[in-house]
Amino acid sequence: MSLAFDDYGRPYIILRDQGSKKRMKGLEAYKSNILAAKAVANTLSSSLGPKGMDKMLVSPDGDVSVTNDGSIIVEKMEIQHPTAKLLVELSQSQDAEIGDGTTGVVVLAGKLLEQALTLLDKGNHPLKISDGFDRACDVAIKHLETISEEIDIQANEHEALIQAACTALGSKVVSKRKRELGKIAVTAVLDVADLARKDVNLDLIKIQTKTGGSVEDTRLISGILIDKDMSHPQMPKEVKEAKICLLTCPFEPPKPKTKHNINISSAEDYKKLYQQEQQYFVDMVKLVKDSGANIALCQWGFDDEANHLLLQNELPAVRWVSGTDVELIAMATGARIIPRFQEITPEKLGKAGSVKEVQFGTSNERMLVIENCQCTKAVTILIRGGSQMIVDEAKRSIHDAICVIRNLIKDNRIVYGGGSAELACAIQVLQYADEVSSVEQYAIRSFADALEGIPCCLADNCGLNPITSVAQAKSRQLQENNPRIGIDCMELGTTDMKEQRIYETLSSKKQQIQLATQVVKMILKIDDVIAPDDY
Amino acid sequence: MDIVGNVLPQVLKDEATEDKGEMARLQSFVGAIAVADLVKTTLGPKGMDKILKPTGPGQEMTHITVTNDGATILKSMYVENPAAKILIEISKTQDEEVGDGTTTVAVLAGELLREGEKLIQKRIHPQHVIAGWRIARDVALKRLRDISTENDIESQEFHNDLIKIARTTLSSKLITTDRDYFADLCVKAVLRLKGSSNLDYIQIIKLPGGTIRDSYLDDGFILKKQITIGCKRRIENAKILVANTAMDYDKIKIYGTKVKVNSMDKVAEIEAAEKEKMKHKVDKILKFQPTIFINRQLIYNYPEQLLADSGITVIEHADFEGMERVAAATGAEILSTFDAPERRDQVLGHCDLIEEIMIGEEKMIKFTGCKKNEACTIVLRGSSIHILDEVDRSIHDVLCVLITTVKNRRVVWGGGNSEMQMAAACEEEAKKVQGKQALAIEAYARALRQIPTIICDNGGYDSAELIQNFKVELQKGNLSYGLNMNDGTVGDMKELGIKECMRVKEQAVMAASEAAELIMRVDDIVKCAPRKRERA
Repeated sequence: MSLAFDDYGRPYIILRDQGSKKRMKGLEAYKSNILAAKAVANTLSSSLGPKGMDKMLVSPDGDVSVTNDGSIIVEKMEIQHPTAKLLVELSQSQDAEIGDGTTGVVVLAGKLLEQALTLLDKGNHPLKISDGFDRACDVAIKHLETISEEIDIQANEHEALIQAACTALGSKVVSKRKRELGKIAVTAVLDVADLARKDVNLDLIKIQTKTGGSVEDTRLISGILIDKDMSHPQMPKEVKEAKICLLTCPFEPPKPKTKHNINISSAEDYKKLYQQEQQYFVDMVKLVKDSGANIALCQWGFDDEANHLLLQNELPAVRWVSGTDVELIAMATGARIIPRFQEITPEKLGKAGSVKEVQFGTSNERMLVIENCQCTKAVTILIRGGSQMIVDEAKRSIHDAICVIRNLIKDNRIVYGGGSAELACAIQVLQYADEVSSVEQYAIRSFADALEGIPCCLADNCGLNPITSVAQAKSRQLQENNPRIGIDCMELGTTDMKEQRIYETLSSKKQQIQLATQVVKMILKIDDVIAPDDY
Repeated sequence: MDIVGNVLPQVLKDEATEDKGEMARLQSFVGAIAVADLVKTTLGPKGMDKILKPTGPGQEMTHITVTNDGATILKSMYVENPAAKILIEISKTQDEEVGDGTTTVAVLAGELLREGEKLIQKRIHPQHVIAGWRIARDVALKRLRDISTENDIESQEFHNDLIKIARTTLSSKLITTDRDYFADLCVKAVLRLKGSSNLDYIQIIKLPGGTIRDSYLDDGFILKKQITIGCKRRIENAKILVANTAMDYDKIKIYGTKVKVNSMDKVAEIEAAEKEKMKHKVDKILKFQPTIFINRQLIYNYPEQLLADSGITVIEHADFEGMERVAAATGAEILSTFDAPERRDQVLGHCDLIEEIMIGEEKMIKFTGCKKNEACTIVLRGSSIHILDEVDRSIHDVLCVLITTVKNRRVVWGGGNSEMQMAAACEEEAKKVQGKQALAIEAYARALRQIPTIICDNGGYDSAELIQNFKVELQKGNLSYGLNMNDGTVGDMKELGIKECMRVKEQAVMAASEAAELIMRVDDIVKCAPRKRERA
């Protein structure tokens, strides 16, 4: 901490508790920030691409998760460095907005920062660097749009969508079954998609996991799967032509929210109260039964007596259905959520083709499947796998694939993967750099180098020689004027990504470059870090 | 320090660690192989048991477990290595999914990683190893399905198969000497379920005393409860009412109720009302005209006396599972309200005879000749609680395997036959595949072959020679040959009658490859700072 002194040599105290604070400023601050951010990017860079590796993360409680999803890795790393945290947020905002490319965005930011560091060493002003990056970013985005292609998502039984999903799944542990899982994801999204509005409500796709079996056993259920069973073991296990009554009040005597006392002062009262209580149960069941419902789903618990009355009235019921499930069922079956028994009317019931109980494995766990719902089609993807970690990772992978498909339905423009898009942009940016006469020229050129870092990283992860393969791809792009030449990660013998059918969405690529540039600009503007000393 | 001379700023939290590349890989290999080696000696009919001793203060310290069940051993171990945790996880899943092969799955995953480590040392990229393993796995599973046979569920052959499978599963357990007896017992119990896979309906009662041989499958159903004093001990042609209702004092469920009186008389009145309410309930129960009343909850003296007066036998405090089983066995409905006596015929269960019996020193209630005979009871006897626990686990394994077999119906030859055949299939495939993957496929075959090797080693036989002879027999076309662990030779499994359930093997191969692949893909381990626990 630098200090100011007065005429007598005593230090001025400028900040509160100045002695216990740590301060870095100027070039030292820049470099420290960049190094911290780069450390995070380096960790992620080996996860990029189809041959990327996974990370094993041990939580503070000792639970293990294995993943290759960038946003999950940085989230679970518990990063404490303030600048490195910016990268965590970067990855998460990519996840929230696009759902895929969370690793790529961090790696790109890392490459940009690496370039910035050399520029700083050469004595460039940070703001000039960030201006240059900004201009280069605009050029890159514009070029991305020109090289993007529109695809027909309907053609060939949605072949293009399946390919895009496969690209997203290719880097995950489930890549072995990417085609099957990709198909499942595409069918799921198309089932719930509103093609006219080009929108997909992802809430209608429920992803349920269950350990056991193998990833191959993952399947799509055209209905809703809830991890519950009938409230009474002797209730029927299957209801056809179900009329669902969706309740959010317990099958119990009412509990008014106001605090109250019922004072019993005579035996008369006591008897009356008893009768009334019995009547409550009878009434409740009767109200449900009279509405024509043949199954009741309730968010709360049942009293034993109510439970038996339900059985007696041949009214199967499910208790403790979670809030999100209740909403999903309401959306899918057209049922209205009923908060009070008095408000049950036949119109408020939801309809479904069947509700049945299914069982898994030897551990005697049961789940309920609601199929052929009346309103929108809600679907469930039931993921199976050898262990909890595989199932969790498969869930994250399928989520990524679903996001990609949704993005394609929203905007059907794609660019080709395998680093080809980045390479094409790099070439364009490099050309542009020569036209700029000011200092930014260097920054723009560095931006192009950073973009080239992505295919380099891909090639490196695949065990190819990064320098040779990127140089080859670049020269072929220039010679053939073909922006689809990339890195042949799968060793299929061709570097044309159109032939390999590696599709990535334009929106995801655009977002990656924009977000990475923004974060880098932000880091470059910090010239002073003040933190408590023990931080 | 980096090139610029700066100290790398601390990015992770204090105490958090990050291991990269080789270090990370080494850590996971070591952990996973250590766990696999630990359970390895329990594999096969000559496998040894382990004593598990719990840590922690007080009573638990004294309760030890003796077992050779892989899942039980792994579950009780406290490990810190993340890769080891993955192995434990798959063993647990195997237990839940098929109930047996829990050791095999951990050992196979461990052996795969051991082979994987060698390949990594030869500078082969993990992704190539994984690619090879995937090909090998598919080939192995295809061969497994091809060599399996299927019999009709009703046929005598299928019944024989079940007994053979049960014998094979039991041969690695403590009760191997009595395996014929127990195999028969388990098969009968499972066939009683008539294709249902709900294991809850097979109740296992453990009673110390006698010898293991004294265990039996009861042809009726046994409830581990006593008949209340003052009731009949033997009821023929019983009408059973199963209930889940409060029979102590029927508390008012309306919220906020409070009794507030101003004189002693009123108290007496309310007490009378309370009593009357209970009597009312009992009267309603009486309208069903049961001969025996089973309640899940406590029954107070007053209603008990009322019921006993009417000649009804009362059983209180039946646990919930027990009740479900009684309901399933006798075809009764579990009641909580009693307002519809006209449904009497539907709700009452029926059985020919209920009597109190003594097994060892404990009194139990036995139901014979039940209407729906789906639930059944296995009574286990043995000289100590440790033995009983282990027998219980063994029987559980057998029941799980049998139920899986009934569902899947495909069986393979035992004695390491399926592993050797799968390994052979992988080796054939390796000859056809171009590129580095072929090495990984060969490695996969070696890992599979390790399973019979370990079984031999555990039996104290010369594994190298036996496995080679075994290979030759298969090459000759004797496809039903396998290891005869009784006299350390290679023999025809057809004659020895050793069969195994295909589904168990299939699941083990699938889960082990998935886990090995998962561990193989890792190149970076980040351990968060452990959560600080407040010491009480």
